Amino acid sequence: MRVLSFIAVLFMGGVLFYAAQDLPPVGSDKSPAATHISPDYVENSLADAATPNIVTTVLADYRGFDTLGETSVILTAGLACLIILGAAGRKEDEE
Amino acid sequence: MKRPFGSQILDAAARLLVPYILLFALYVLFHGHYSPGGGFQGGTMLASALILVRLVRGSTPGWGLDRKRCVALGVLGVLIYAGIGVACVASGANFLNYGALPLPMARPEIRAMGILGIEIGVTIGVMGTMVLIFDLLTDHREDHG
Repeated sequence: MRVLSFIAVLFMGGVLFYAAQDLPPVGSDKSPAATHISPDYVENSLADAATPNIVTTVLADYRGFDTLGETSVILTAGLACLIILGAAGRKEDEE
Repeated sequence: MKRPFGSQILDAAARLLVPYILLFALYVLFHGHYSPGGGFQGGTMLASALILVRLVRGSTPGWGLDRKRCVALGVLGVLIYAGIGVACVASGANFLNYGALPLPMARPEIRAMGILGIEIGVTIGVMGTMVLIFDLLTDHREDHG
């Protein structure tokens, strides 16, 4: 079983290394990620939102719904801590 | 933090530092349009000032921020964010499309104001949540007696 998993890992690794040869070079301006919608943001964000920091415009305006979700995630993490740690404290009180 | 571990030296140093931390947090928040920064970073720095006060002085002079108010601040932050989105819907645009907000400015400036509004919401929410988690992790039951 161990030998079998080792062979499977080697096979998957080989496939991934083979596929990685077709990836665009790091930082290439011809890669799909850099040619689809990014140039639009870079060129128009100042005119759209009067904000020089493109990162802020993308984070809070173009992708505002995503950031709303992130804020809710942080609130949910705090509430989970409150439920777990707060409840543990209460049980000790009862004992 | 029920028991402080501050000495007089720590106390004096914290008194000196806290106003500058608060001021710099506000700078990071409001300068997020022009430099790295924004709501998440500003909120974490505000929370760090509050946590410093709690570490040095214990939770008694915790500026009135007990557990319930921390939760309320966290919820308030998310509500500010979502409320601005709903206000955009009420002004006849899509959710979180700040351009339609009824403000006496040019459209790009309205969008910048909308971004600032939601960043303030994020700051309040992150600050409340960070302080809440710190209080929960350091709240030792034996201190209640």
